[in-house]
Amino acid sequence: MTTRDIVFVVVGAITALSALLSVTTRHVVHAALWLLVSLGSLAGCYLVLGQELVALVQLLVYVGAIVVLVLFALMLTRAPIGPNPDISTPPWQRVVAVVLGGATTALLAATLLPVLSGVTVDLDRPRSGTLQIAQAVFGTWVWPFELLSVLLLVALIGAFAVSRLVIRQGVDAP
Amino acid sequence: MTGLSLPFDLTLTIDPWLEVVLRAVAVLAAFLVLPLLVGQTEHKVMAHMQGRLGPMYAGGFHGWAQLVADGVKFVQKEDVTPARADRWVFRLAPAVALVPYLVALAVIPLSPTVVGADVDASALFVLAVIGVGIIGTLMAGWASANKYSLLGAMRAGAQLVSYELPMVLAVASVALAAGTLSLIGITAAWNPWWLLWQLPGGFVFLVSALAELQRPPFDMPVADSEIVFGAFTEYTGLRFAFFLLAEYAGIVVMSLLFAVLYLGGPAGWHADGLGWLWTLLKGFAVAVVVIWLRVSWPRMREDQLQRLAWVWLVPIALAQLALTAIVVVMTQ
Repeated sequence: MTTRDIVFVVVGAITALSALLSVTTRHVVHAALWLLVSLGSLAGCYLVLGQELVALVQLLVYVGAIVVLVLFALMLTRAPIGPNPDISTPPWQRVVAVVLGGATTALLAATLLPVLSGVTVDLDRPRSGTLQIAQAVFGTWVWPFELLSVLLLVALIGAFAVSRLVIRQGVDAP
Repeated sequence: MTGLSLPFDLTLTIDPWLEVVLRAVAVLAAFLVLPLLVGQTEHKVMAHMQGRLGPMYAGGFHGWAQLVADGVKFVQKEDVTPARADRWVFRLAPAVALVPYLVALAVIPLSPTVVGADVDASALFVLAVIGVGIIGTLMAGWASANKYSLLGAMRAGAQLVSYELPMVLAVASVALAAGTLSLIGITAAWNPWWLLWQLPGGFVFLVSALAELQRPPFDMPVADSEIVFGAFTEYTGLRFAFFLLAEYAGIVVMSLLFAVLYLGGPAGWHADGLGWLWTLLKGFAVAVVVIWLRVSWPRMREDQLQRLAWVWLVPIALAQLALTAIVVVMTQ
């Protein structure tokens, strides 16, 4: 085991553990903060694997923007300090959640492990830097990329339209 | 690693681990000294602009040791955690607010060789890391269990999310013009007519940077006449000092970043040897402008803040991006 292996295992363990804590804690805001730790250490995983740009984008988009929005939205609610009994779920829901989560993990593992088990990354001479990612995104994958941006634009306009929607009460009523 | 963080060349005599330690110590020293320098400048410049003298006694010569004395005072104060606060989040928040600026400072180059760590996509790195700092303010505001703190944190969150977009777009324009995401590469590609070409983007960057720093006229989140001191209301002693240090370290990071992106960084007389000094001087000039704006402008209201970001800055930044793209395509 090299130093990199150890660092990768540690960062991966932090990612998994904080993800688990974020879905099991009873503190609403703590859940968002554990999600933050999980997404941040996932950026660490990318970094250990030599994908600097992906790690930075992960940090910029997920930690810097999305979790900030989640925290912001949570603080608009009551979000009390201390455990919140209101958000507790019945036991059958927890069992279903565990089964579904486990099933998704098994499915992903069954698909990815056979495909990627033989692939190794040479970290001393990384082959994919910023330039290679740019060429892939704006060359090979340019159409899916543009389609995704159109999808996001549609979602944005949709959200805008919904927020502007005036519910006229009493107009349709007889 | 291509260069060393010190202005003189030691690369032949030291082993890699010692080099890493030396670099870290140099960055930490800069992180502790430069914000104090900016803070003292603010005391004196603001005072003279208002027809006062500012601190005159501490240390003897024109009150140069005022901030050292302030630091000693903060250390002596009692470290209070409110009884109803969320203890761990409350105590951790100052560190989360402060550390991102330390990490950001490590990758900002003073010259091609004088840089803490030479990172490939350093422009993106700085933006990504600075974006994490807001989490500290949100944590502080929520965990204090105080309505004023919570309101301050909400205002800070709304403001920073709005102003991050024009800022990223402005930096993207410079990166596009230089053809690289590396700050060292950007300073290498810079030439004087960028001052005109990237002027709208530079304006957008400066305004967004002020808003990210929550400095006047963008100090709604800490508006003392409305919500005491926003998210920092409940903090005392060293933890409060950390938030203040984060603000001044933020000014240092943003000013140096502006100098590197828009003013050519080390470009100047004898750039090979004195480049680091040029970057520092340009950054310092920008910091004085930041102080100047604090003295001259009244605080903006929340709706004015949001209007400025979305109606003015984002369109200007997008137009700048389009202009940069057209010029880059035409000249290549």
